[in-house]
Amino acid sequence: MSPVRTPLYDVHTRLGARIVDFAGFEMPVQYAGILAEHQRVRERVGLFDVSHMGEVRVRGPEALDVVNRLVTNDLHRIRDGRAMYTCMCAEDGTIVDDMIVYRLSAEEVFICVNASNRATDFAHMQAYAEGDATLEDEGDAWSQIAVQGPAAPELLGRVFGPELAALKPFRIREAPFEGATVYYATTGYTGEKGAEIYVPNAQAVALWEALEREGEDLGVGAIGLGARDTLRLEMGYCLYGNDIDRTTTPLEAGLGWVTKLDKPAFVGKDAIARQRDAGVPRRLVGLEVSGKGIPRHGYPVLHEGQAVGAVTSGTRSPTTGRDVALAYVPSALAEVGTELAVDIRGKAKAARVVSVPFYARL
Amino acid sequence: MSEIKDDLRYTEDHEWVKIDDDDASVAWIGVTDYAQSQLGDVVMVEVPSVGDEVSASDAFGTVESPKSVSDLFSPVTGEVVAVNDALEDNPELVNESPYADGWIVQIRMSDPSELDGLMDAEAYAAHVEKAEED
Repeated sequence: MSPVRTPLYDVHTRLGARIVDFAGFEMPVQYAGILAEHQRVRERVGLFDVSHMGEVRVRGPEALDVVNRLVTNDLHRIRDGRAMYTCMCAEDGTIVDDMIVYRLSAEEVFICVNASNRATDFAHMQAYAEGDATLEDEGDAWSQIAVQGPAAPELLGRVFGPELAALKPFRIREAPFEGATVYYATTGYTGEKGAEIYVPNAQAVALWEALEREGEDLGVGAIGLGARDTLRLEMGYCLYGNDIDRTTTPLEAGLGWVTKLDKPAFVGKDAIARQRDAGVPRRLVGLEVSGKGIPRHGYPVLHEGQAVGAVTSGTRSPTTGRDVALAYVPSALAEVGTELAVDIRGKAKAARVVSVPFYARL
Repeated sequence: MSEIKDDLRYTEDHEWVKIDDDDASVAWIGVTDYAQSQLGDVVMVEVPSVGDEVSASDAFGTVESPKSVSDLFSPVTGEVVAVNDALEDNPELVNESPYADGWIVQIRMSDPSELDGLMDAEAYAAHVEKAEED
């Protein structure tokens, strides 16, 4: 099947994007360059086309519990109009996807899933959903623009007004835009202030152009998937397919904080509880290379010369210039400060376990 | 359209070769403008050591962007007589000045006739055009 274009494709080509096939979508990997785009988000404000992500709506009298039985986190712990990060697991406790769940009301939940998992997630949800609620795959109906950076609130205020611009993190509100209704959500994948706006396809270009116009004096620019990856990696955020997948459990991935084993049954709960009781054998940790050498996915992690784990994501951090990675290591070696090494194409480079995010925000 | 220098020779892997002005047995080697634009931001360059022996088409180093690692293949056989130390702290020189300040290694050729097998500017331009179509 040939790749699909988002409604913003022409915007990307206008801006000189390099387009790649990502999860079946023609997406911009970069415009001006990954480092410049990364810096723009850390210092000013960037716009991301993330329309390739999927959306699922769960609606009905038991919507909350239907979703609660599918995901690891607990929707009863948040109020209406709030968002929550969670995993969705298989019966063996491994991760089917990580996602943001928006509790619109007790009867309506809106879920944003990874582009690469749209079909498998919906099929999984349909297979395991129990209770009085309907599931709708709305992926094709929604475009999505993320606005992220220190200047994002200022820019968002100019387009959406001061109230929404001042919305605290992990909230979601409906908002009018050009006669349509968008979801304005203060979530993001960069560690910066800002929002992710779910916009009907027909208004996507108009919203992008409004943000471009209003943000010109703020230094707004388009940000591609390349910088999106370096930004999230600096924060230590997982990327499905790299750091988490159907071979990793939330406890191994450091996602125990979104796994509420004290809530009633959810898919994978028993397997995860068993692992907790038996002892989690490995952990996803942050590594920083002592000298220079960029760890890459799959590179072995060494302890006293022996391979003990592997890198799942790595890069040179654009903000700090340090070479960093996320990697699975045995739990006994997961403590911050543990001295390890990364096998970088045949050369062992000393590396240390560090906490994430990889840099302190001033 | 990427820049191509008329007085250089080129490889299929988008490296350029320039004969040293003073010593005709020494070849300067780097990557082309097309290569650097394809790579994106160069964040690290791994070079061999001075004194290393390399054979034509050996992988002798790497050029890294945030997302990828690309091998560098030696166009010629010989001994590495110089490496560009400036790339250690300023790898972006490969992007900014691929034919000048972004040079990567100098090799004293053991068989200068190997240059005859490389492309001239015109052939390289055609090679790039074809690569862009794919």
